[in-house]
Amino acid sequence: VCLGTPGRILTVEAPADRPDLRTGIVDFDGVRRPVCLIYTPEADVGDYVIVHVGFAISRVDEDEAARTLAVIRAIPDALAAELGPDGGRP
Amino acid sequence: VKYLDEYRDPQLARRLLDELRAVATAPWTIMEVCGGQTHTIVRQGIDELLPAGIRMIHGPGCPVCVTPLAMVDKAVAIAAQQGVIFTSYGDMLRVPGSTGDLVGVKARGGDVRVVYSPLDAVRIATANPDRQVVFFAVGFETTAPANAMAVLHAAHTGLTNFSVLVSHVLVPPAITAILDAPDNEVRGFLAAGHVCAVMGFTEYEPIAARYRVPIVVTGFEPLDLIEGILMTVRQLEEGRAEVENQYVRAVRRTGNTAAQDAIRQVFTVSARTWRGIGEIPASGLALAPRYAEFDAERRFAVDGLTAGEDPACIAGDILRGTRLPTDCAAYGTACTPRRPLGAPMISAEGTCAAFYGAGRVGRA
Repeated sequence: VCLGTPGRILTVEAPADRPDLRTGIVDFDGVRRPVCLIYTPEADVGDYVIVHVGFAISRVDEDEAARTLAVIRAIPDALAAELGPDGGRP
Repeated sequence: VKYLDEYRDPQLARRLLDELRAVATAPWTIMEVCGGQTHTIVRQGIDELLPAGIRMIHGPGCPVCVTPLAMVDKAVAIAAQQGVIFTSYGDMLRVPGSTGDLVGVKARGGDVRVVYSPLDAVRIATANPDRQVVFFAVGFETTAPANAMAVLHAAHTGLTNFSVLVSHVLVPPAITAILDAPDNEVRGFLAAGHVCAVMGFTEYEPIAARYRVPIVVTGFEPLDLIEGILMTVRQLEEGRAEVENQYVRAVRRTGNTAAQDAIRQVFTVSARTWRGIGEIPASGLALAPRYAEFDAERRFAVDGLTAGEDPACIAGDILRGTRLPTDCAAYGTACTPRRPLGAPMISAEGTCAAFYGAGRVGRA
C-alpha cells in the first residue's frame, strides 16, 4: 500500500475545461501507467515524480538528488586508502 | 533506473557504514517507523551490517497490519452483501478478521476486486450504476490524498453508489505513543520519507524538542537508510535532538500543500484503534461531516464482531517493536505468508513477512 516509486513523466494532458485535472503517462523502468498529477502542478514532461497509488505526491529535485550523492561520495574511502591507488594488487 | 540504482551502490554503502562505525561510540536504539523501510533494511541485511550496539527496532508503519480487527470484520460483512462490489488494495484481502477474510468472501461468490488506485474504484462505480461500490480506504498520510480525491471526484460527478470504508492512521501520534510507553527504549527515529513528502515535517519538530529525540526524515533506498541512521547517530552522539531531512530530493519542510488541502477538505482527525496497540487519541482520519453520505459505515449498518486475535500471534509486541518475529513460536511454522496468523505476516510491509522473505530463521 505504502510503497512509493519514482518514475519519469512521458506525457501530460488535461481536459480543456479543467486544466488543473492533469494526468500523465509515467514510465517506471519500462512499465507505463497513467498517473494523476493534480497534486504536482510543477511537474512536467521529463521530470521524475514519486507515485503512490496512482497519484504523484512529489517531484524529485534533481539538484538535491545529485547533492545527496556528492555528499556520500565525499566520504573518504578507508578501504581504498588502505589498499592504495592500485587497489592493493602487487 | 535513475534515482534507484545510484542509491543502491554497495561501495558507497560501505563508506557510509565505515563513517557510522567511526561516529558511534555508545549503543543506541533507533526505530524506523515505515514498513517500506523495514523491508529494505531486512532484505538488504542493513541491520546486520551496523556497528555492534546500534539496534534497529521495526515500527508500526504497516497500514495493513494496524487496521483494527473490527474494521476488517466490517469489510468482510459489507463485501458479503448482495449487490455490493467491494474494492481494496490487494494486500488487505488476506488480512484475517474474526470469522474470515476478503478472499473467503470472494471464494463464496462475493464480488471483491483488487484496485491499484482509489480512482479505479470510482471508475467501477461509474460503470456499474445499479451496484453499490465500496472502497476500503486504509493507509497512512501517503494514501490519504488519493483517497480524498476519490471522494471529491465522486461528489463532483454526483455518484450515489460509491462509498468508502475509512481506516486511516497518522504517523506523529504513533511516534508519541511509542515515546510515552514506560518501557520505551527508542532514542531516535527515522521518519517515513513519503509521509513527509505529503505532510512536510513541521509536525515532528515539537516532538523532537519535547522528548529530546532526534528525528531524521529518510528515504527508502539502502544509501538513504544508512545515511539516515548515520545522521541520527551523529545527533545522539553530539547530544542534539532535531528534525533533519535526509530525503531532500523528495521532501520539502512544508510538504505538498495541495495534497494537504484535499485531505483537510475530506477528512477530520479522529481517534483510531491500532491493531495490536489499542486506541490512540487523534491518531487517524475519518470522513468530514459534509462527506458523510460517502461513509460506508453509515450506508451499511454493520457492527464489527470482536472475537479475539489468534492467541499464538504476538503482533502487538512486533508492532511496538518490543519483540522480533524470530522471537515468536509460530513464526515460520504455524504462521507463514501462505497461512498467516496475524497481519504482519501478510503485507510486504509487515515486519514478519519481511523477515520471512529474507530467510531469517526463528530462534523460538
